[in-house]
Amino acid sequence: MKYWVGAAAVVVIAFLTALSGVNEYFFYAAFVVLQFMVLATAWNILGGYAGYVNFGTAAFFAIGSYTAVVLFKWLGAPLAVQIAAAAAVSGLLGFGVGLLTLRLRGIFFAIATVAIIFIMETVMMNWRYVGGATGLQLLRPDVLQPFGSYTRMLFFVMALLAVIAVSVARYVQISWIGRGLRAIRDSEEAAECSGVPTLKLKLFACTVSGALMGAAGAPMPMYLSFIEPASSFSLNYSVSALAMPMIGGTVHWLGPVIGALLLASIQQIVTVTISSEINVLVIGVLLVLFVVFAPDGVLGLFRKFVGKR
Amino acid sequence: MSAPLLKVQGVSKHFGGFTALSEVSIAIAPGERFGLIGPNGSGKTTLINCISGSLRHDSGSIEFEGREISGLAAYQRTRKGIARSFQIPRPFHSMSVLENLLVPYEYVVHLKQSDAEQQAMEILGRIGLSDKAHAQSSQLSQVELRKLELARAMAAKPRLLISDEAMAGLSGSEVDEVLKILFSLNAEGITIIMIEHIMQAVMRFSQRVICLDAGKIICEGAPAAIVANPDVQRAYLGA
Amino acid sequence: MVFSFDLLFEALLFGVLLGCFYAAVSIGLSVSFGLLDVPHVAHPAVMVLGSYFTYILAGYGLDPIVAGVVLMPAFFVLGILIYRFYYETFEKRGSEAAVRGLAFFFGLAFIIEVGLILGFGVDQRTVHATYIGSSLELGDYRLPYRMLVAFGVALVLTLGLTVYLSRTFTGRAIKAVAQDEPALRLMGANPVAIKQWAFGIATGVSALAGAMLIIVGPVEPAMDRVYIGRTFCVVVLAGLGSMTGTLAAGLILGIAESVVLMMLGASWAPAVAFGLLLVVLGIRPQGLFGR
Repeated sequence: MKYWVGAAAVVVIAFLTALSGVNEYFFYAAFVVLQFMVLATAWNILGGYAGYVNFGTAAFFAIGSYTAVVLFKWLGAPLAVQIAAAAAVSGLLGFGVGLLTLRLRGIFFAIATVAIIFIMETVMMNWRYVGGATGLQLLRPDVLQPFGSYTRMLFFVMALLAVIAVSVARYVQISWIGRGLRAIRDSEEAAECSGVPTLKLKLFACTVSGALMGAAGAPMPMYLSFIEPASSFSLNYSVSALAMPMIGGTVHWLGPVIGALLLASIQQIVTVTISSEINVLVIGVLLVLFVVFAPDGVLGLFRKFVGKR
Repeated sequence: MSAPLLKVQGVSKHFGGFTALSEVSIAIAPGERFGLIGPNGSGKTTLINCISGSLRHDSGSIEFEGREISGLAAYQRTRKGIARSFQIPRPFHSMSVLENLLVPYEYVVHLKQSDAEQQAMEILGRIGLSDKAHAQSSQLSQVELRKLELARAMAAKPRLLISDEAMAGLSGSEVDEVLKILFSLNAEGITIIMIEHIMQAVMRFSQRVICLDAGKIICEGAPAAIVANPDVQRAYLGA
Repeated sequence: MVFSFDLLFEALLFGVLLGCFYAAVSIGLSVSFGLLDVPHVAHPAVMVLGSYFTYILAGYGLDPIVAGVVLMPAFFVLGILIYRFYYETFEKRGSEAAVRGLAFFFGLAFIIEVGLILGFGVDQRTVHATYIGSSLELGDYRLPYRMLVAFGVALVLTLGLTVYLSRTFTGRAIKAVAQDEPALRLMGANPVAIKQWAFGIATGVSALAGAMLIIVGPVEPAMDRVYIGRTFCVVVLAGLGSMTGTLAAGLILGIAESVVLMMLGASWAPAVAFGLLLVVLGIRPQGLFGR
């Protein structure tokens, strides 16, 4: 199928690029963009497809990072195992929050996700084993061959995760699960009376979403050789993961990808040329502008102008 | 009657201090055409919500085909054979008319997409919406939306179909159209509960009618008797 | 963990004062979210905005409480504008816009927070008044005056709003629109105008709440985040739409937080509201007095 050929090509290109002589800065920037692509795609599975807004992306992301740290420190686990464990733990967290609040209206789920950020951050700040509030330095093992540096290797790992995340999102979207989620988003009561097991589907979407966010967080400790709560739980992750799909388009898996590319690039440019506070303000303003004036996102605008509708 | 298809016994529902239903008991025979009337706010939709599972009743029991369904979620009750339409239409507005029907086909009947599409087109033909099959459901007129509600309930292949004011706002000929469809569904063996304010429709359609007022059943019997009942007339015209 | 009955009693006293303050801070949300169903996650951010405006006015020599009262009409208008915008853009369009409405308020809160950082920096700001800094000494217990002042204002505010909603005509119309909008329409009243007015009141009240916030302690732009937990905890625990419940729920939260503060220290106290919120959502989402 066309998609899988494209996906395989992306993986191969990423691998070759990681081994090429491209400027090191490229890998640093691309890592950030790809990371946001995973977060935005993950967010959209629950937020865009089912209509349940998650404000707490940072929590799932950070728990992924901290799970990786615990596994590394306790068992010396390799990166692949760290990522798998991070996905499992954050997935479980998603399942737990979902079980608690997805029966209720969407705003309660959203507020519960804010609660999770606070509670998890407080717990991590008081846990000595992972460094508490001051954080933890990590001694990284030698970078795996054939990669020349951690930046290059983790760039490839994140590219792989991005392909996985987008593939999962695409599968959910085009499968019967996707139609059920759309029915939930359009009218949950009618969906339930049409035989859709709304709670089960929402829990599924929430768990998968959380797991992917956790996976995105796992490479961070290796990337920075360091972990600390303040930056791990940064609000920027939550806002970006929400803004990127809402700006790119929530109906299709391409939306978060476009949104991530667009916003991450803008973020890089603004941070470097103006300041990081203005950058964060720009994201907020763009989010509000799109939500008000272009609710179907960039994809929607594109469709309107190309006249496919 | 022989074993009833639906048996509602002593069902009550409260919202805070407000009692919406009070000890309501109904038994509906398989294949019956049953009418439910009552003034606005009498609890008709609440009763339907309790039967379909959209709401949990506070006390009493509800049995379908001899089995207690009180513990089942709404989607499970739909899969057992209870389908309903909504008084205020709730289409899946991001989907086309045809896709709207595919949801129950996928989730209740578990058909392959191609078979589902074929059967869905048949239903749309029957109900008069085939030319709108690929239109966005958000662009339908009120009348068409009501027909879509009914079509979607039909797509779930129910044994009990609850039609909640499907004819509100329809013209005389449109009412006849919908009645014809309901009669033909009943002829296929589907038990139908009709909630309506249009008395002539209730009279023509129902074999038995119950009148609800302030959460209680105030009258039960043949259509002509119900309409002539002074309690019923008082309930509608106000004390 | 230090424990003694004296400390516990002082924590309880402080908790009552704190709780009343939390009730006052949440009462705006009780109206905007509890009664009007607006997903107003930007409510704490607007309140913090009020704190900063109080700070500015206090810089001109105004007493903070007076500043708060002075700000109320301006914030009333702000509330009307916000609601009008929200209604036209989101609520009118129906449930498909619910996600967008939520994202809008999230974005708004965010913009306010970042705007405050750009305008004032991330450092904490405080105000000065005669009652800030000293404490009332009752035997062995010390009750900070600023808490007593906040407690007094909070009580007046909460009771005042409760009376307004149950005794005056517009107040009752507000409650009516929350319960049965179609009936209200049938009576000839305009629900949108009523809701707009109510949202304006809720925002005006937030101005005074913001003033109290900066009296009770220093403020910083990111404070709205922890107050999302506290205000939503109070509103949900009270039960949506219950004004008297807000006072009770506020007291429960205030005492819980105060006791945790005493036993586990300041780093755990902010999580209490969020934890309590999750517990309520899990066990009894309709709250204590919910509709």
